[in-house]
Amino acid sequence: MKIVACINHVPDTETKVKVGADGKTIDPAGVNYMLNPYDEYAVEAGLKLKEQYGGETIALSLGPDANKETLRKALAMGVDKALLIKDDSVRDSLSLARAIAEELREMKPDCVLFGKQSIDYYDEQVPGLVAEFLGYPSVSVAVKLEAKDGNVTCDREIEGGHEVVETSFPVVISAQKGLNAPRYPSLKGIMAAKTKPIEERQAKPFPSGVEVLGISKPPAKSAGKIVGTDASAVPELVRLLQEEAKVI
Amino acid sequence: MLKFKGVDYYDVESLLSEEEVLVRNTVREFVDDHVLPIIEKHNRAGTFPLDLVKKMAELGMFGSTLPAKYGCAEMNNVAYGLVMQELERGDSGVRSFASVQSALVMYPIFTFGSEEQKDRWLPGLASGEKIGCFGLTEPDYGSNPGGMITRAVETPDGYVLNGAKMWITNGTLADVAVVWAKLNGVVHGFLVEKGTKGFSAPEMTGKHSLRASVTSELIFQDCLIPKENIMPKTDGLKAPLMCLNQARYGIAWGAIGSAMACYDTALSYAGSRIQFGKPISSFQITQEKLVVMLTEITKAQLLCLQLGRMKDKGTMRFQQVSMAKRNNVAVALEIARAAREVLGANGILDEYPVMRHSANLESVKTYEGTHEMHTLIIGEDITGIGAFV
Repeated sequence: MKIVACINHVPDTETKVKVGADGKTIDPAGVNYMLNPYDEYAVEAGLKLKEQYGGETIALSLGPDANKETLRKALAMGVDKALLIKDDSVRDSLSLARAIAEELREMKPDCVLFGKQSIDYYDEQVPGLVAEFLGYPSVSVAVKLEAKDGNVTCDREIEGGHEVVETSFPVVISAQKGLNAPRYPSLKGIMAAKTKPIEERQAKPFPSGVEVLGISKPPAKSAGKIVGTDASAVPELVRLLQEEAKVI
Repeated sequence: MLKFKGVDYYDVESLLSEEEVLVRNTVREFVDDHVLPIIEKHNRAGTFPLDLVKKMAELGMFGSTLPAKYGCAEMNNVAYGLVMQELERGDSGVRSFASVQSALVMYPIFTFGSEEQKDRWLPGLASGEKIGCFGLTEPDYGSNPGGMITRAVETPDGYVLNGAKMWITNGTLADVAVVWAKLNGVVHGFLVEKGTKGFSAPEMTGKHSLRASVTSELIFQDCLIPKENIMPKTDGLKAPLMCLNQARYGIAWGAIGSAMACYDTALSYAGSRIQFGKPISSFQITQEKLVVMLTEITKAQLLCLQLGRMKDKGTMRFQQVSMAKRNNVAVALEIARAAREVLGANGILDEYPVMRHSANLESVKTYEGTHEMHTLIIGEDITGIGAFV
């Protein structure tokens, strides 16, 4: 089975992001990057499928050279090969999905895994778009994945509950937190990853339908107010919630 | 629980390679997920968290600088140091387990052992299926190991060992003990297997320090071991001292971990503890304590990184290891004590890690060469005059 996990290199969740000088991108100075957390579930799911079916696992990332760092983490976790689809341009989800699908079409994977979203620009529609371009079925926000022979059963997280769906390989699946417990890259895996090559290809250009005009941070949260620490503060708290905050 | 984000005031991370950072982050996460949730319970009960051994082995934490053919990660010494640092942020006892297994058991078998001994023991020690210990110190011979009483006598059936060792980490757990004894007046290393007649390893109790670690005596009474269990390349005290040097190197890094845990706890506590209507971190005396802690951590980090780079280049001298071990453990202990002060009465509770680290570091300051002996080693190096021989 050929399994491809599509992964992204995103700012660390602890990073305090600043808007860049152009007002359209983030200021990269002092930003640490990491493997997109949802993509860790995708990589783990890929490794598990390989354990079950054999074959090979490939990590694919579209972006600049810096994405190699994240590809090496996937190699350290145990994927067999890494592929960088080199791209320095700014793309919307559609353009991104077309470029990824273009590469995948040649690879003919049996299973394509994504994180359900990238935590930088979200792009939650990318897995679904890629499935559409490949003509593969799409299962999004999977919290459970069971494969037997050629069939795949997934639990999807939906509002207030789970939905059980069944499909077959080849398939595109996007992973939600809870799908599995991603393994740590072992120290042996980290050292072995150093010697595994990262294949590079140039991303094909596709026009974006959406242009980013500007980005901004949400307004800073104002300081909280402690009304009191015991029951005597309740009437005042209720008054403030009614009259000032106007929430009750 | 909040994930530990590291302490790095001087962007020391920029001096690390990508793999070194990845190794550190893996062990850091492992400690957050598997060590911190259980360590206070074990510290209270005085038990070693044996469940961790398999998990640590799976990640490749044992003998991690040794060749891949034995199942080891074959990392450099800086990456190994970072593993020790992160483990000791969890607990000095957990780090001690990994130190002993790696630096005091796998290293000597690899360095002084026969091919058969290496093939027999190293894969199992790397995979955590086997546990090892190192017996050098005796009840009456600590800083002066050359005076050891334990003797080996050659007989037609093998070597007969008599004597006792003390303060042996992992002793009771160990499947194999690397034991140092005098044969015809010269120190040699022997491998003694658990269950050998005449060998027992009772656990020492009543410790106020390293409670989540097993410390034992090793007792040899007419203990006969096969001829092939002598480590062929050992000939004199230099061999065990080379092992200690490996362990001290790891301890120098480990102490930074304890110090970071204490500083991180103190900083966060000082920011949320309100006295006189404001956080105690707004008081000058508290700020000074935090600044001193951070400064000493930063210095210790730089000391270790350069030491590790020298070790990887093969230019490191043992006196330089003494300086890092001596300094880093002493400052870590001071940091732990200062952190306890910042936490006030709360500092003595095991809801916070500082008192555990503080108590552990009392041992760490003394073991693997006391603070005083390291002072004299450096003193001899710079003056040319030995103060203890």
